[in-house]
Amino acid sequence: MNNKDLLNLIDITVSFEGFLALNKLNLNLKKGELRAVIGPNGAGKTTFLDVITGKVKPTSGEVIFKGKSLVGRKEHKIARLGVGRKFQSPRIFENLTVKENLEISVTTPKSPLNLINKSIKDEQLNEIDRLMKIVNLAQKVDSKAGSLSHGQKQWLEIAMLVGQKPDLMLVDEPVAGLTDEETDLTADLLKSLSGENTVVVIDHDMEFIRRLDSNVSVLNQGTVLCEGTMETIQKDKKVIDVYLGRPED
Amino acid sequence: MSLSKIKFDKKIVLSFWIILIALIIAAPTILPVFRLNLLGRYLSLSIVALGVDLIWGYTGLLSLGQGIFFALGGYCAAMYLQITSSSEFPNNIPEFFALYGVEKLPFFWEPFRSPVFTFFAIWIIPALVAGLIGFLVFRNRIKGVYFSILTQASLLVFFNFFNGQQKLINGTNGLKTDVTQLFGQMVGSESMQRLFFWITAFLVIAAWFFAKWVVKGRFGNILIGIRDDEPRVRFTGYNPVIFKTIIFSIAGGLAGISGALYTVQSGIVSPQFMTVPFSIEMVIWVAVGGRGTLLGAILGAVFINYAKSLVSEALPASWMFIQGGLFILVVTALPEGVLGWIQGDGPRNLLQKFGLKRKIETYPSLEVNNKEGNNE
Repeated sequence: MNNKDLLNLIDITVSFEGFLALNKLNLNLKKGELRAVIGPNGAGKTTFLDVITGKVKPTSGEVIFKGKSLVGRKEHKIARLGVGRKFQSPRIFENLTVKENLEISVTTPKSPLNLINKSIKDEQLNEIDRLMKIVNLAQKVDSKAGSLSHGQKQWLEIAMLVGQKPDLMLVDEPVAGLTDEETDLTADLLKSLSGENTVVVIDHDMEFIRRLDSNVSVLNQGTVLCEGTMETIQKDKKVIDVYLGRPED
Repeated sequence: MSLSKIKFDKKIVLSFWIILIALIIAAPTILPVFRLNLLGRYLSLSIVALGVDLIWGYTGLLSLGQGIFFALGGYCAAMYLQITSSSEFPNNIPEFFALYGVEKLPFFWEPFRSPVFTFFAIWIIPALVAGLIGFLVFRNRIKGVYFSILTQASLLVFFNFFNGQQKLINGTNGLKTDVTQLFGQMVGSESMQRLFFWITAFLVIAAWFFAKWVVKGRFGNILIGIRDDEPRVRFTGYNPVIFKTIIFSIAGGLAGISGALYTVQSGIVSPQFMTVPFSIEMVIWVAVGGRGTLLGAILGAVFINYAKSLVSEALPASWMFIQGGLFILVVTALPEGVLGWIQGDGPRNLLQKFGLKRKIETYPSLEVNNKEGNNE
């Protein structure tokens, strides 16, 4: 652990009635880093995000974010500390318009009094305009989010994530169900976000991960199997065994 | 769900309001006293329905215990009326106390000597009780059907408590208000009832505007967000517990106002206000009128209750069947309620089904396929 780290996961174990979803997982993220996390189904990728965002309390271990422990904090408190999350299937508010969805994400402070009393600040409206241009939804401002296509929903959720201005962005399968072109655009978007933000991307899509051109952590059976660049991990024997597949023995 | 809101001309809106206000002012001269009184009571019920729409239609909290807050408001009003009209009774306390040999006024009656205290108590006490119950339930993340069961259980607790306290609040007999005095007049008198009708009509409109103000903008959007995907709201940095507590408390306050108005117009408040079927009926009014429409809650409460009294006069035993049927119809055929169906292009779709109106132009092949589909 050193000062440049934004997030440290130390010996995280999560046990669901004896089944170890995570098993002594250690992972460190530097500020501004873009990190891809891959692993076969059931490797614990989503549980790993659940632990950071407070949805699941680890059985043992510590999560240190900006020098503070996150274990035991409520989800909304963790979000306010600067952890944003995009879910696996797009989770947007379908009965609200695109603009209303973004309003929810950019609004600060997130207290009932502020919401009911005051109208939205100008700089927040400008931020919404900026986000809608980035994700190409400017024409859809007043459409119900439920009427968007799958790809547009994914992007709206990414825009909501960015609008929250988190220090750490956790992105779960952002390109599931997207066309190749959309996938490329998403990869570029995420790359452009890193540097200023710290981004963790979870995905199966190897082409997409390759395009991110970042460090990769491979999870297997709830623990980090291997870390390194795409080239390194593709040559790693353990990774080939469990994940990339090996010719039949 | 396409909520294609019809844009009305400003002139039409204005003339609508003028006609409505004229009708409210003129109602006492048009309607016989009996009908006017019924209308006033049903209008007061529409205020509790607005609260149900806020918590259920917008926030997704199906409460089956709104009768608690409704009755609390009614008791606050009735206690004030009884105590200020008790000067000729023994010990200067309400008459019923003598039946149970109570000579000293129970302590919690004392503040109700004050009209100002009562005015605030009618809505603040139910709002506080709702806030407290709500906070405890929401903090423990109890939702969905468990929340509904819990509210119904609370209702039964309150019902049994009020039912058993003869020496405190006249138990199952309740508190009568029609023979009490207010402003030197009998509460049950015709002129007072007319006044209550106008107050009720005014408060329904005020409550409607208040509810509209609550759900408009970002606060209302968070409520909808909580209804549709609460964890997502959490991960965006909002604390749903506070939002749910606030809206549940608001609904409680509205229920209290509603209960007080209902009490003075029906002449009595009793634990019957806290029976299980009555609180379920409140939900039915909103379901039939249209969840999440506010206006639908008002119309649902007034029309269903008016229908209930008309049907009960003509065919006394059949109302329960009709009410049950109405609920089944709404659940199966009109999940958005009547107003939601109208706003969601329901009438146009229905006309199309009967071939009375042309469909929106599409490719010829699609149109043919659709027609075949409809004939099946």
